[in-house]
Amino acid sequence: MMDLASLPLETAREMFRRMVLIRRFEDHLYALFLQGTVPGTLHQYQGQEAVAVGVCTALHPDDLIFSTHRPVGHFIARGSSPRGIAAEIMGKAAGCAGGKGGQMHLTDISIGAMPSNAIVGSNIPIATGAALGFQLRGQNRVAVSFFGDGASNTGAFHEGLNLAAVKVAPVVFVCENNQYGASTAISSMLRITDIADRSAAYGIPGRVVDGMDVLAVYQAALEAIERARQGDGPTLLECKTYRYTGHSRGDPGGYRSREEVQRWRERDPIPHMRTLLIKERGLSESELESIERTCQSEIEEAVEFARNSPEPAKEETYRHVFAEGQ
Amino acid sequence: MSTREMTMVEALRDGLRVAMRSDPAVFLIGEDLGVQGGFGGGFTVTLGLADEFGHARVMDTPISEIAILGAAVGAAMVGMRPVAEMQYGDFVFCGMDQVVNQAAKMHYMSNGQVSVPLVLRLPVGASARGAQHSQSTEAWFMHTPGLKVVCPSNPYDAKGLLLAAIRDNNPVIFLEHKLLYGGKGGRKESSAAARVAGVPEEDYEIPLGTVSVKREGTDLTLLANMLMLHRAMEAAEELARRDIHAEVIDLRCLVPLDMDTLTTSTKKTGRVLIVEEDNLTGGWGAEVAARLSEAAFFYLDAPITRVAAPDTPTPTAPVLEREYVPSVERVVEAAVSLLAG
Repeated sequence: MMDLASLPLETAREMFRRMVLIRRFEDHLYALFLQGTVPGTLHQYQGQEAVAVGVCTALHPDDLIFSTHRPVGHFIARGSSPRGIAAEIMGKAAGCAGGKGGQMHLTDISIGAMPSNAIVGSNIPIATGAALGFQLRGQNRVAVSFFGDGASNTGAFHEGLNLAAVKVAPVVFVCENNQYGASTAISSMLRITDIADRSAAYGIPGRVVDGMDVLAVYQAALEAIERARQGDGPTLLECKTYRYTGHSRGDPGGYRSREEVQRWRERDPIPHMRTLLIKERGLSESELESIERTCQSEIEEAVEFARNSPEPAKEETYRHVFAEGQ
Repeated sequence: MSTREMTMVEALRDGLRVAMRSDPAVFLIGEDLGVQGGFGGGFTVTLGLADEFGHARVMDTPISEIAILGAAVGAAMVGMRPVAEMQYGDFVFCGMDQVVNQAAKMHYMSNGQVSVPLVLRLPVGASARGAQHSQSTEAWFMHTPGLKVVCPSNPYDAKGLLLAAIRDNNPVIFLEHKLLYGGKGGRKESSAAARVAGVPEEDYEIPLGTVSVKREGTDLTLLANMLMLHRAMEAAEELARRDIHAEVIDLRCLVPLDMDTLTTSTKKTGRVLIVEEDNLTGGWGAEVAARLSEAAFFYLDAPITRVAAPDTPTPTAPVLEREYVPSVERVVEAAVSLLAG
């Protein structure tokens, strides 16, 4: 187990801050959705923060992440601005994708976050291809593909992992097993307990990771990313986690029990990390409260910015269908 | 410029070689492309390229169309210029998500932050292999914004368009008709049109978005691509013997489409006959007919007419396939009745 004491204090504090930022941001976005400010849909990340933050903290600046229909956590963990995300989700011109993407299609290449992908499993071969590009170019970069438990049953998962394995591609596959594909329990769609076991079929390492423990995720990610960077090929990490909310807006989660949700909430990664920071690193209650307040005001400022941003010009509909030139 | 007689296979191979020499970002990805003692792809186009460029840049993959297409998308997004091959064009449907949902939409969804400069080579057309190895799939891609669609009829165009496609910053679907390959050796098509042409060995590009007027005429306009261009040219010869002078235009690029040239010709001749090997309903000809009727309705002396494959899967038996693929006779017959009408 990774010991919190061995982490630079600034890293530990930043991991906590990003998890808080994700949680508060997602909670705030849900409130906005209920007020009718958010068009379309929301797929939220509350409960899974340790996975995004643990993995992204282990990356280098020029590495790339490939996210999913549930991208806010990954983008915040990678360092994207809440302003651009809030504006994108509210359909504004200042959005990180100019309003063309929306909640499921965030892009921020300035921090190495490629377009998030709303087709389950599809980013797996795409991240593999990016990694092959790094390999062909002789670049010392790593690609990370995030996907859910449901994606592990797609053909893209099988084809992508196998291709990555045979080409020894510098890619890390992060399966966030949040127990449900929409309303369907993954346990009813698999005859194995651990998705990580599937790695054996491709001759690559697979690891089960406690996805509610940011330090455990960070340590596993560090090892997998280092392995990829050294030219030893892909790893499949299965992070066992839980989404507190429904699959998307308006899903009250009637397919799971209150007790089950409560059991997972008791293992919430944020208070856990908070306690560790106090007990093991001597941070004071007031320091942590200050971090939390700063997160809250950053989010409120970002939402206010998004609210005041203009809508995209109608002409934007026709831009960027094709890229210019050669 | 030194010019050499080349089949389309040789011209395509030469185009790939030129592109790979001039840009280290270009690499090939697909099944059986570079295997020692193997085929050089479905139709020998990549034969020998691994000797010059190595197996990293002539990348053989498992039989995994989703992975081939997805990896090409991902590599393109990080600045590579992949040329992906489906062994048969029909197999693209196994990975269609990667073409339609991914390649075509990445630039748009990201508001221009990423682009996907890839070429997807698809061998198409009926060649006695049955319903799953024969389709002409232009319309599937024309209907998806964000994809360019190229479909050459001869070796010279094939090389120049391929080089332009590889250097374009967008996903380009590059259709190659199996009966136009003129491949040599064991995989030569027995029924191939086997045409060769003088092709410059140098680097040259034919701009995407161009059509090519292959024959000038005044009585009607024949619009065709790939193998059907050759049927249209033969039909034009026969029609000339009957004192009917057809203009023949090669739609070597369907997206973007040079509507100006098509409209000018339509206004000149007043009659349009479209010759296409894809299925009639919703084929590329339907779109071209609709656009021309909007652009030149008052210049038309007869309804825009299509000679196309029927709305059936491609049959295999030679007699059935001959019934399915538009013939020179059908083109002549349709042209004559257009003139009579």
